[in-house]
Amino acid sequence: MALLEIRNLHARVEEKEILKGVNLTVNAGEVHAIMGPNGSGKSTLASVLAGREDYEVTEGEVLYDGKNLLEMEPDERAREGVFLAFQYPVELPGVNMATFLREALKAVREHRGLPPLSPAEFMKLLKEKAELVGLDPSLKQRSVNEGFSGGEKKRSEIFQLALLEPRLAILDETDSGLDIDALRAVADGVNKLRAPDRAFVIITHYQRLLNYIVPDYVHVMVNGRIVRSGDKTLALELEEKGYDWIKEEVGLVA
Amino acid sequence: MTTTLTATTTRPEDRFLHAFEAYAGEVLNGTSEHLAALRRKAIERFGVLGFPGRKSEAWKYTPIAKALQHPYRIDPVPAVPALTEQALADYAIPELDAYRVVLVNGRFVPELSTTSDLPEGVVLTGLEEAARRHADLFEKYFAHYLDFENEPFLALNTAFARDGFFLYVPEGTALERPVHVLNLIDTDEELFLQPRNVVVAAPGASLKLVTSGHGRTAQRTFTNGVTEVFVGQGAEVHQYDLRLEGEAASGIFSTQAYLEGGARYTNGTLTLGGALVRNNVYVRFDDQEGEAHLYGFFLGRGSMHIDNHTRIDHAVPHCVSNELYKGILDDEATGVFNGKVLVRPHAQKTNAYQSNKSIVLTREARMYSKPELEIYADDVRCTHGAAIGQLDEDGIFYLRARGLTLQKARAMMLLAFARDVLDQITIEPLRAYLDELVAGRFGA
Repeated sequence: MALLEIRNLHARVEEKEILKGVNLTVNAGEVHAIMGPNGSGKSTLASVLAGREDYEVTEGEVLYDGKNLLEMEPDERAREGVFLAFQYPVELPGVNMATFLREALKAVREHRGLPPLSPAEFMKLLKEKAELVGLDPSLKQRSVNEGFSGGEKKRSEIFQLALLEPRLAILDETDSGLDIDALRAVADGVNKLRAPDRAFVIITHYQRLLNYIVPDYVHVMVNGRIVRSGDKTLALELEEKGYDWIKEEVGLVA
Repeated sequence: MTTTLTATTTRPEDRFLHAFEAYAGEVLNGTSEHLAALRRKAIERFGVLGFPGRKSEAWKYTPIAKALQHPYRIDPVPAVPALTEQALADYAIPELDAYRVVLVNGRFVPELSTTSDLPEGVVLTGLEEAARRHADLFEKYFAHYLDFENEPFLALNTAFARDGFFLYVPEGTALERPVHVLNLIDTDEELFLQPRNVVVAAPGASLKLVTSGHGRTAQRTFTNGVTEVFVGQGAEVHQYDLRLEGEAASGIFSTQAYLEGGARYTNGTLTLGGALVRNNVYVRFDDQEGEAHLYGFFLGRGSMHIDNHTRIDHAVPHCVSNELYKGILDDEATGVFNGKVLVRPHAQKTNAYQSNKSIVLTREARMYSKPELEIYADDVRCTHGAAIGQLDEDGIFYLRARGLTLQKARAMMLLAFARDVLDQITIEPLRAYLDELVAGRFGA
């Protein structure tokens, strides 16, 4: 059984249809990249999978582990092992990072039938995972994302991924706004987290990240649909020829 | 002795005027000529002013005259039921090692108040007791600066006030342990209470004070309380008022603070209970280099009405005032914040900051925010900001996307919002107690 199956997904926001029949199958252990020009619906897809209420699904279905994902509340999806690394992680002044992470981990562990960690065990785990992505462990004293630079925010998302150990990780333009070092740190972290029971869906505009996180499959999204799928060489071809090429190939005027 | 109300009483004010005459013996008994004259003057002034009507700007959002039409029982010396130590356990603040004063229905209860082991020269007792045993101190401070010329509730309290607590810390003395005043309402009648408190920090002295109001009755009551605070030269006072009464208790709680040169005053007003609550915090700088920090947090639910009025008078130059009031309104609750800052013509180099932020959780809840800055000097720094909004939806979604339930996510955001104020509390056990109390209200 596939980990994630998206069938003919249509979604709109404020009367405007963004997703126009997305089909995608992701199995555990795989790394899928979704590329596409701006406005193609890549981030919308991520938002719909995470459960944002502003988007209305008008047709199609999404099965996660054979279960209807669209019927689950956002927190239910998270506890079931779906993780979205946000493109623009929001700042939460006054919400302590460590407290937030402890609650999140507790929720996920409880769902998996695991007891909560002791404060000491938790702190040890925090330190371990922070080091994995090259993040200063002192961030646990700060408020969530408050005062974090762009690179720190993105690294913090991967840090949370490492902590919560999801089965399906969706990275929404995690590379945007990052310099080469931050990019490497993020990629490094992701690569360390690759596992046979985990799948990654990496949404990106540029091919650059895929030099570091080598995907098994590459999909190109144009105008709300996945129009072409291939392996990592497709990404290189796109880099070389540009998105206009794909648009022409599938009969859309550039 | 009861004042029976007759159908011929027209204005609610008349009830009070009659009560004053009826109780004149009790109220004026044993007081000095000077005080008796002051009380008469006060009741006369009250008679002239009357309760604020609908056109009153200061009471624009709080229809107080209507609330006071209710036939409360006015008795300057209400009965005090006996309370056991056990009963007080509910009101203790964990880990708070304080000098405890217990007032029941506005009256000092010496048997339940631990006022021994006070440092030399410190006076901590009931107001009535202080008037008797420390007459000089009492006469020096009671109503010393209080101006009830245009304030009917201050006038009314001054006319009737019989008891409350009196705290005096002498020159240069630092009161190491805080004072915790438990203000309990315990009655089977619909009482109108008027406690009067006096707090004095002589030059160079320092003290921390917590007063918490609790109701032990479902009877409707109304409190018109006044606390006068004198912060001497270079002295420091931290005062925290907690409103934790039940749904039947209403009141107007006025604090009048007068700051000498280099004085430092912190006031935290935390309203988590009561039906209709009006908090008045008035601060006047009487000499330079004074500093005042006013913090407020209010949590309205059901049909609570919480009105916070602050007034800071920069009467002299070189003083700093800083205000942060935050509120969360749920259900059909109403919140009000009116922060007046007056900077007089010669008050140069004034620094005045004011911030009011509120979250409205439902369509029915209401918040009215009105900063009022009157600035007559030209070399000053004054800022103010007011924001009324809802919980950040993006923040809620982020937390839910990490597995937190909607309730937990909201609780976390609301607690974070409240902590901006709660974290300012300088008495750690009090801060922890309130943090837990507020967290509990949100289901955190």
